Amino acid sequence: MAHAEAATKFNKNEAKVNWHDKALWFVRQKRDRQAHKIQGWEHLRDYASALKANVLSNLDTYLIQFEENAKKNGINVHWAANAEEHNKIVHGILQKHNAKKIVKSKSMLTEECHLNPYLEANDIEVIDTDLGERIVQLAKESPSHIVLPAIHKTKEEVDELFQEHLGTQPSGGNPEYLTREARKHLRNKFLKADAAITGVNFAVADTGGFVVCTNEGNADMGAHLANVHIACMGMEKLIPQEKHLGVFLRLLARSATGQPITTYSSYFNKPEEGKEMHIVIVDNGRTEQLSREDFRRSLHCIRCGACMNTCPIYRRSGGHSYDATIPGPIGSILSPGKDLTKHSSLPFASTLCGSCSDVCPVKINIHEQLYKWRQIIVKDVPQPFVKKTVMKAAGSVLAKPKTYDFVGKTARFMLKNTPKSIINSKVNTWGHARDLPEVKGDNFEEWYKKRQKNE
Amino acid sequence: MKVGLFIPCYVNQLYPQVGIATLELLEKLGVDVEYPLGQTCCGQPLGNSGYEADSKGTCQLFVENFKKYDYIVGPSGSCVYHVKKHFDILEQTEDVKRVRENTFELCQFIYQILGKTKLGASFPHKVGIHKSCHGLRGLRLGSCSERMDPHFSTEENLLKEVKGLELKTLNRADECCGFGGTFSVFEEAISVKMGKDRIQDHIDSDVEVITGADHSCLMHLEGLINRNKKPLKVMHIAEILNSSI
Repeated sequence: MAHAEAATKFNKNEAKVNWHDKALWFVRQKRDRQAHKIQGWEHLRDYASALKANVLSNLDTYLIQFEENAKKNGINVHWAANAEEHNKIVHGILQKHNAKKIVKSKSMLTEECHLNPYLEANDIEVIDTDLGERIVQLAKESPSHIVLPAIHKTKEEVDELFQEHLGTQPSGGNPEYLTREARKHLRNKFLKADAAITGVNFAVADTGGFVVCTNEGNADMGAHLANVHIACMGMEKLIPQEKHLGVFLRLLARSATGQPITTYSSYFNKPEEGKEMHIVIVDNGRTEQLSREDFRRSLHCIRCGACMNTCPIYRRSGGHSYDATIPGPIGSILSPGKDLTKHSSLPFASTLCGSCSDVCPVKINIHEQLYKWRQIIVKDVPQPFVKKTVMKAAGSVLAKPKTYDFVGKTARFMLKNTPKSIINSKVNTWGHARDLPEVKGDNFEEWYKKRQKNE
Repeated sequence: MKVGLFIPCYVNQLYPQVGIATLELLEKLGVDVEYPLGQTCCGQPLGNSGYEADSKGTCQLFVENFKKYDYIVGPSGSCVYHVKKHFDILEQTEDVKRVRENTFELCQFIYQILGKTKLGASFPHKVGIHKSCHGLRGLRLGSCSERMDPHFSTEENLLKEVKGLELKTLNRADECCGFGGTFSVFEEAISVKMGKDRIQDHIDSDVEVITGADHSCLMHLEGLINRNKKPLKVMHIAEILNSSI
């Protein structure tokens, strides 16, 4: 389904749209307040962006450096060219340990690779332990936001879901009660888990360690209790040195949720004695994106979700309207690189207002990349006949002043003399909810010519 | 200094009063300004729809029309931004480079180039500014709420000097109105919702007149205001700065 169609559906319930918009705008405002408290915020963004550019230009070197250091620390490093390889590697590790019950903290990469269905098909139980992720998992949905996966659900909806799956009492959507119940349920899963899977926020090349940020401590709970810890990371997650964590951790938490620091920023360097630690480094289209000069910077992304919170379209259309693992502005420049035809409506789901680029902590020029994708899409993906014809004709008319003058006059004559019932009929999408401008006498050029004559 | 007046296609056809106010205002400020005949468009509707390649003739015509002027001034941040930003599709001849460099949005021209803020206007109404995105985040007519820069606004600097004008503060200082060119038609539901929300913010903030430096956004808002009979008016900033009620 194209974005516009899904967005129209979402807008059938205006009260919910208002609620969704306000919830995310609240997060954006929290972010503003925290960012204001840091002197040199814009400098910090410049620095982070430059560091990421450096990483991407020297990715081969940093990856090998990271692997060497991680191995020295006793971590097993695996390489996956695509999602399928990633899933097989993870499954292989689990098989070796005969692991049947898995707890997983938030990882957009494993969403991207569709790891859960793969493991479930192999008789392995995977429990998402981030509360928001657990909610969407129970609802058999996908996350609608990369930091706030269940932001599309009201607390009343969560109440019903928990009654059905966790046997809770009706509470009218009491957040404290529901969280306590989720905690009990998840604690039980943590204690019985054979292995823990986590994502990776930052992999540090010069130490071979990696950092995982959560607000619920669920990554730590999983990784410390289970005997096997598998961390899955996209290969762009590297940063050069440990000291650079100070740049990225400050930006990430503030941009994501408006917190000065994420509650748990856990730095994993080596396995505990008697336990195993694995890292799976995944390409899955990233090398290809790196090769596209205009879109390379999309790989700076640290998955904070600030572009979603600020996007006036995302806030009013919901994450699921993008039908992509990563929704919102950043997803709209990443997804076309994976499947241009499937995601061809996404770069058009924007007014190019540029708020995303200015909020982005690593200065990805998101709206400029949306514009660039549009140019590619109309060439490579078949376009609606009317749109294509109108655009081609406009290009020709606007290059010729005389034809333009004639077309302009005709259009104004029609607008002036056609009855409103026809003007606002179904064919005219503008007129469904908006009046057309009222056409008065002369256009500007005619007025100007007359004035010159009279002078 | 010779200034070429750039009147965007939709202003020419649908809002001649905005073009007239712009011209009169510049003349009032002592600028030697003329309107080169045979103007069409900057090519933005094509570029934003993905048909940039089909707009080369239009862009080239723009350069031909304006290459002889020291400055090119237009009452639309969005169109000016398109000239400055997206005329990179043309071969970068001296003419093209000069035109891109010397094209200015009206308020920016008055404030930065003429260095004026007191224009002698009077407008005794409660006004809210719609800070259009391409002017704000493209041309940087002011600071935007996303960045942590010191507060600044070209439009505010000019409007604060207008006699009797009461500038209102909005709850969301610079959210997009949802026009977005062809977005307004292809993503109609969201476009309309965004526009409605902007209008409500102005109503909640006790605004009588919404103004801005981009009439395309105002056209979208006006369409919604008129359809829903809201107690508001839209006026281009040139009309306010040129008024002497």
